[in-house]
Amino acid sequence: MLNLLIGVCLAYVIALFAVAFWAERASMQGRANWLRSPMIYTLSLSIYCTGWTFYGAVGYAARSGLEFVTIYLGPSLVLLGWWWVLRKLVRIGRVQRVTSIADLISSRFGKSNGLGVLVTILAIVGTTPYIALQLQSVTLSFGAFANSESLSNNTAALWLGAGLALFTILFGTRNLDVHERHHGVVMAIAVEAVVKLCALVAVGVFVVWGVLGGIGPVLHEIDTSKVATWDVNGNRWIALTFLSGAAFLCLPRMFQVLVVENADEGHLHTASWAFPAYLMLMSLFVIPIAVAGLKILPTGSNPDLFVLSLPLSLEQDALAMFAFIGGFSSATSMVIVASLALATMVSNHIVMPIWIKWSEHRVREFGDVRRIILISRRFAILLIILLGYIYYWISGGGAALAAIGLVSFAGVTQVLPAMLGGIFWRGANRIGATAGLLVGFAIWLYTLFLPSLGNVYSAAFLAEGPWGIWWLRPQALFGVTELDPLVHALFWSMSLNALAFFVGSLISFPTPIERLQGAQIVNVYDHSPTQRGWSGRAAQSEDLMIMAQRILGVKQARALFQAEVQNQGGQGYLPDPTPEFLRTLERELAGSVGAATAHAMIGQTVGGTSVSVQDLMAVADEAAQIMEYSNRLEEQSRELTRTAQELQSANEKLTQISIQKDAFLSQVSHELRTPMTSILSFAQILRDGASLKGQDQSRYASIIHDESVRLTRLLDDLLDLSVLENGQVNLNIAKGRVQDLIDRSIATVVAGDAAMQMQITCKIPDDLHSLTTDLDRLGQVFINLISNAKKYCDAASPKLQISAHQSGCDVIIDFVDNGIGIPAQDRDFIFEKFARVGEQKTGGAGLGLTICKEIIARLGGEITYLSGHRGAAFRVQVPVNFHAA
Amino acid sequence: MAKTVLLIEDEVNIIEALSFILSRDGWDVVTHSNGHDANEVITRREPDLVVLDVMLPGKSGFDILRDLRRDPRHQNRPVLMLTARGQSKDRDMAEQLGVSKFMTKPFSNADVRDAVNELLSG
Repeated sequence: MLNLLIGVCLAYVIALFAVAFWAERASMQGRANWLRSPMIYTLSLSIYCTGWTFYGAVGYAARSGLEFVTIYLGPSLVLLGWWWVLRKLVRIGRVQRVTSIADLISSRFGKSNGLGVLVTILAIVGTTPYIALQLQSVTLSFGAFANSESLSNNTAALWLGAGLALFTILFGTRNLDVHERHHGVVMAIAVEAVVKLCALVAVGVFVVWGVLGGIGPVLHEIDTSKVATWDVNGNRWIALTFLSGAAFLCLPRMFQVLVVENADEGHLHTASWAFPAYLMLMSLFVIPIAVAGLKILPTGSNPDLFVLSLPLSLEQDALAMFAFIGGFSSATSMVIVASLALATMVSNHIVMPIWIKWSEHRVREFGDVRRIILISRRFAILLIILLGYIYYWISGGGAALAAIGLVSFAGVTQVLPAMLGGIFWRGANRIGATAGLLVGFAIWLYTLFLPSLGNVYSAAFLAEGPWGIWWLRPQALFGVTELDPLVHALFWSMSLNALAFFVGSLISFPTPIERLQGAQIVNVYDHSPTQRGWSGRAAQSEDLMIMAQRILGVKQARALFQAEVQNQGGQGYLPDPTPEFLRTLERELAGSVGAATAHAMIGQTVGGTSVSVQDLMAVADEAAQIMEYSNRLEEQSRELTRTAQELQSANEKLTQISIQKDAFLSQVSHELRTPMTSILSFAQILRDGASLKGQDQSRYASIIHDESVRLTRLLDDLLDLSVLENGQVNLNIAKGRVQDLIDRSIATVVAGDAAMQMQITCKIPDDLHSLTTDLDRLGQVFINLISNAKKYCDAASPKLQISAHQSGCDVIIDFVDNGIGIPAQDRDFIFEKFARVGEQKTGGAGLGLTICKEIIARLGGEITYLSGHRGAAFRVQVPVNFHAA
Repeated sequence: MAKTVLLIEDEVNIIEALSFILSRDGWDVVTHSNGHDANEVITRREPDLVVLDVMLPGKSGFDILRDLRRDPRHQNRPVLMLTARGQSKDRDMAEQLGVSKFMTKPFSNADVRDAVNELLSG
């Protein structure tokens, strides 16, 4: 029997695999349209009905009468009356790309990772009993079937857990979808929904018509059964209805199928009547089965197993097997979706933030992140199912199924105030949400979860409270003793949770991003059009084309669109904006403008999603990166411009130098040719001319002589200048008196021209003793200046005054004559080569002052023209003590 | 009556040499030693030949030639340019401006005499 059971389980699981695999394939190939039908959506909601509902509802009814109805009533009321809450949640989920309930809470309250972690932990702790419950229900059903067999309950639970983990990992973490949608899993769940409904109805039909003999007898049996005699406890009814309704919204697995896996808001319309109908069918035969079980089965039989034990005891093995499959199906679908939803939360809110922080300084690639996410999810799934197993193991599997389920419900319901407050009240903020969650979670742990484990508290602790503080008794907080423990825990945890949430939100201020997120989420309808996803709207192709052209360039955009048109087998140049094409386009755009920007742009163009604050921030980050990059480019370009300018100016300088060199050579050539011309011409005259007078002959010979001297002097000057300019001067530094040097210079000039008319006066102070420099070179300058004065001074009685004085470390010697001086406009270039002033024709080559300037520069001094004198005035300034540069 | 040669040159020794050579050949040599008023002197003297230096104080030989050729009275007046600037670009410049003959310094006396003879006998 056991082998058969295991075989059936395996076969069933393999069939589920096949369904999931096929659905996954179909959705990958884009043939998944009917997979997204409202019916599939409605059926997927049936994971609300777990093993607990399947087996436990009958047990519940057998123990507490009609109270089990509250478990179905809550969700039905939510769907029928509160569908607008669901619609808002679904819209927010789509617009904000919410991946889990933890993500919703964290997004709403300013992307607070702390809140994400808190909700994740709360969800794990709250879901653990529930997973344990599923393991327990399957294990119990196993036991009921195979009473005498050797397999222990714990081992069975362990194997079951492992199998479920494997299935979840295989289909829940095959790949990453930005929307966290899992078509394969959803399809499998829909199939399971049908299986469990059929199984329960089959058992019910068998019981009503096969066992009790029709509707009339059934009603009679109900009236006489103790099931109908149970008092209806008003408090518990209200509390349980509220609890199940709240849990329907807050359970991680419900949030997953309701919001995350929702492909179309319109599906809610169908679900709002179809799901209550489904629940009604599920509950229709609960009472008859309970009544029949109580009547037929021996007293002491576990009412939680009536669904299974009734057909078994009546030897309807096939039906029993079907019922077993139904129960198995209920339990497995819950575990799969719950562990998947929790794993998403664990990887997104706990593993990723830690990993990102840890690898902050490493190079990150998408492939890398993807690997980490998938691995962390797989481990999280294993861990969560393992936790469920541990809870099952610790609690001993003894507590009634329904009780465990309610503990779990109450735990996850703690998210309700933060969630509803967050989507309807803009004033809600992170502090309030955190406070509410912490307070509610703590009270739940203290008053409900820990007691549910069995023997955590001693009897004295329960009766007198910790340290004898009576108002802290876990099941009678603040002295409230009248209430049922569940109602008590729910009342205190929810009211104090909500209170902390409101007070916390009122007394603290939200951060800017919280304000923005709050506005985006609370006013989600203002920020998003009703369009679903990125599918549909053919008219957008044109807009997409324009946008793509702007970013990719006309040619590339056309090529991309053209390829897609051919791919779709269409005509023209605009393809249909299918989701696949939009993804391709987004990827292409992301290569140019960054992923976040690309997403935001496509979202805006297609109108499927509004741009969230997170998107904007990511866009800003990208913009900042681009700015930085462009700044770097600009910097580079500035540098290049600078270099180019430097090169250009260097080139200009070189050109200038080249021009100057040409001009210089041309000048030198002219200066050399001129005396040469006279020499040659007169030499020819002398050579040819026999008829010259003697007087002319000697005159011409002397011209040749003078011009030759001039030529020689010119060559000397040129050589001298060339040496000075190249800096290859050997200075002969010696010490001498200024007076002596000037006297010697005057003597040299006078010796060259005995008939000199110019009167030279010297004014040299006695205290100006000596200077150390190249005395010969300095003397050369003095001679040049004195000769110039002699040559160019045009006064009737030419006079030259030479005066000297010391100024700091320098000696200053001025040469001032009484001629007309040098015109102001010429003073700037008298020190240039071959500069001649006016029309003076005195045979100089125009290199004298240039040489003077070079010599004085070598001696570390300066020669300048002194303005402000009537005649020509030069000032020579040299250091008293020459220092080699 | 002997034909007149106007010698515009600033180097006294060269003026003396050229005057000697050309006078000996029978030409009437007139000299002028700066560029400022060279064109006025040419207009006034109406020489049969102008021997023109380039590097002149006040106004360069090229400028004098350019102004001369613009004046209808002097468009065909023979001009012998004689310069120490012997680069080919100077020669090109002179020919472009309409010089009759271009010679560089230093020169051979015989060549100058031949050139003047040629220009004045034409």
